[in-house]
Amino acid sequence: MARRSPFLRLVLVLAILAIAGLAGIVGAHAGDAGPVIPKATGGTCVAPPEEMRRTHMSLLRHGRDLTVREGERVDGKGLAACVSCHAVSDGKGGAVTVSSPQHFCRACHDYAAVKLDCFECHASRPEPSNKASDAMPDGHPTAAVAALADYAREIAR
Amino acid sequence: MTDRPTTCGSACTCAPTSNVDPIDEGRRGFLGSLGAASAMTVLAPGVTLLAFGGEATAAPGASAAKRWGLLIDVSKCTEGCSDCVSACSSEHGWKTTGHPATDPQWIRKVKLRDPKSGATRSAPVMCQHCAEPPCADVCPTGASFKRADGIVLVDRHRCIGCRYCMMACPYKARSFVHEALEDQKPHAPRGMGTVEGCTLCVHRVDKGEVPACVQACAQTGGAILFGDIADPNSEISKVIATYATIQIRGDLGVDPGVRYRNL
Repeated sequence: MARRSPFLRLVLVLAILAIAGLAGIVGAHAGDAGPVIPKATGGTCVAPPEEMRRTHMSLLRHGRDLTVREGERVDGKGLAACVSCHAVSDGKGGAVTVSSPQHFCRACHDYAAVKLDCFECHASRPEPSNKASDAMPDGHPTAAVAALADYAREIAR
Repeated sequence: MTDRPTTCGSACTCAPTSNVDPIDEGRRGFLGSLGAASAMTVLAPGVTLLAFGGEATAAPGASAAKRWGLLIDVSKCTEGCSDCVSACSSEHGWKTTGHPATDPQWIRKVKLRDPKSGATRSAPVMCQHCAEPPCADVCPTGASFKRADGIVLVDRHRCIGCRYCMMACPYKARSFVHEALEDQKPHAPRGMGTVEGCTLCVHRVDKGEVPACVQACAQTGGAILFGDIADPNSEISKVIATYATIQIRGDLGVDPGVRYRNL
């Protein structure tokens, strides 16, 4: 093999690396389309998608402390609201749980390889409507309050 | 990943605050939370309006002027009835796991018998929502805590499942979740490796409703009265002021918020 100058060698190595790199990038783009994100069913989100992608975990963390510890509940802004709006149909009239790769949260979290802890305690899908029937005989709250008032009056007598 | 420049650009133009910095956000949020709560409200229009804080000011949250409590009239509690227990179970989704020794027990019916007279009483026992909760004293992470309005809760975000609180509780009011769960109630998160107990139906109380056990009991025995024991004009306070009521193990000095009458 003929002797080459160090400069020529360097140029050669750089050229090879550049070609390999380009091929890698093109290959990655062609073969990997990114996560398939299911469409939400509700109206407008609490923030634009770009912002939600970046800050949803901070929003949830901020909200959870206010709710659990301070008792401040804002309807439609908790995790339950996220879950119900982003429910993915299981094709049988219900919604998939987080055990399914189609779950809204998992679609991205699987792709980014970020572990998702929320659903170890929180419901990962809206409450199935047929489950409501096994709940207690659920009178209207005001009926219960009226019954309580009757009880209190009876005691006072 | 590919949308990073776009996201950063748009975020920077629409909200020029520290909140949008993608790298330091977590740390800044944490440092911010170390400040007083009032500081958070001051910042709310500029910074946390993007988060839940903006509208949270409209929701008052737990008030230190209140102290929620229960009064259980044992003479109206019948031995065979467990409507309060089943109401709690269906409200929060806890049920038997097939292992009675470690089953969750947010509320249970207890039978008392005087050995001399043979007289028996039946009463529900749940978290007594102490003013000085021993569970909160022993908790190493601050997960067990008492809300401003006197409701004692487990913050499962912080619970490490050490079960010190279960040992400390004189009322055996807490349970440990041993098995993985699915399809919890959206308003009652509970999960493996954390401790749980009666929340006094905090999600209902915050909406101005009464706890599930109280609602169920009102339809059958009417033995449980719920209310603000810090307000002398509330029904519960009037009954407590009129009749003799006791706190279970009142001698411990933990000042339970649950009282019993005719026990």
